[in-house]
Amino acid sequence: MVPEHSDATDDESAALALKILVAGGFGVGKTTLVGAVSEIKPLRTEELLSEAGQSVDDVGGVDHKATTTVAMDFGRITIRSGLSLYLFGTPGQDRFWFLWDELSQGALGAVVLADTRRLEDCFPAVDYFEHRRIPFVVAVNCFAGARRYAAQDVLRALDLDRGTPVVLCDARDRDSGKEVLIRLVEYAGRVHTARLLDSVS
Amino acid sequence: MTEDHKGARSRPDSQWYDHEAGPLVRPYAVTGGRTSPGTTGVPFDLIALVTSAAGAPGADDGALGPEHRMLVDLCRAEPQSVAELATGADLPVGVVRVLLGDLVVLGRVTVSRPVPPALLPDERILREVIEGLRAL
Repeated sequence: MVPEHSDATDDESAALALKILVAGGFGVGKTTLVGAVSEIKPLRTEELLSEAGQSVDDVGGVDHKATTTVAMDFGRITIRSGLSLYLFGTPGQDRFWFLWDELSQGALGAVVLADTRRLEDCFPAVDYFEHRRIPFVVAVNCFAGARRYAAQDVLRALDLDRGTPVVLCDARDRDSGKEVLIRLVEYAGRVHTARLLDSVS
Repeated sequence: MTEDHKGARSRPDSQWYDHEAGPLVRPYAVTGGRTSPGTTGVPFDLIALVTSAAGAPGADDGALGPEHRMLVDLCRAEPQSVAELATGADLPVGVVRVLLGDLVVLGRVTVSRPVPPALLPDERILREVIEGLRAL
């Protein structure tokens, strides 16, 4: 920790908070994933889709989504005393893009959730993290009733950089969500190590 | 603070809120209209950890407003992130940042900045995170 604003005590300098973003299209399961792995009830502001909202939010193929997240939602995982992971679900609608820059500041990495029925919905998120060189994994949320694709097919369809992990997951399932996060942290570690080596050679 | 909602529906430009929205107050009223903290430097990150300053006097003196006191109380037991404080106090993050700036100046809390991204992936810590996730 860098005591930027005030004198830090020893206690404080030992405390470490890491940030992981959860991005993806509207209704893809971001809030669900955060809720599945968080030890606290996900904190968020939700609002019923109003008539005004419906003209903006495209819910085609997302029959059961009744509410939409209009602010960021977040969860926490305490690894040990003084080491916590914070998960932030990024707002799905384009009109909240301005929040992304702040959220991605200093992030360890990101999970891009994808729905194979509307794969193009995650293009903006993939684009965003590629441009900002934030390590990310693509997690394909396997909705019931959606056709299953192999991770390799998704990798090709999204034209991802080689090595970008694609994981099939069930956003409602805690173990599945944990696996996604583990893959992300492993991958982020590899990316950062490679950059470190690049910078010295 | 509370507004009379009775006439709200009749005005065409005010249909975005109704009785269910509850009393409305402009968010920056509690900061006296200030929109950025008095402290210098980068704004507090969402995951910056706020710690109640050890030995700080009780939160019940006149220099602090009720929202200030609420923030001090919320982080008394254990350090809280800025995001958690905003939710706990039910205030917008921007407002919480201003109030925290006041509290830092008054010496009531300390705010620590998250690790810059370039220094993040200490291999030992990432391994700890992975093992911690597996053990959950």
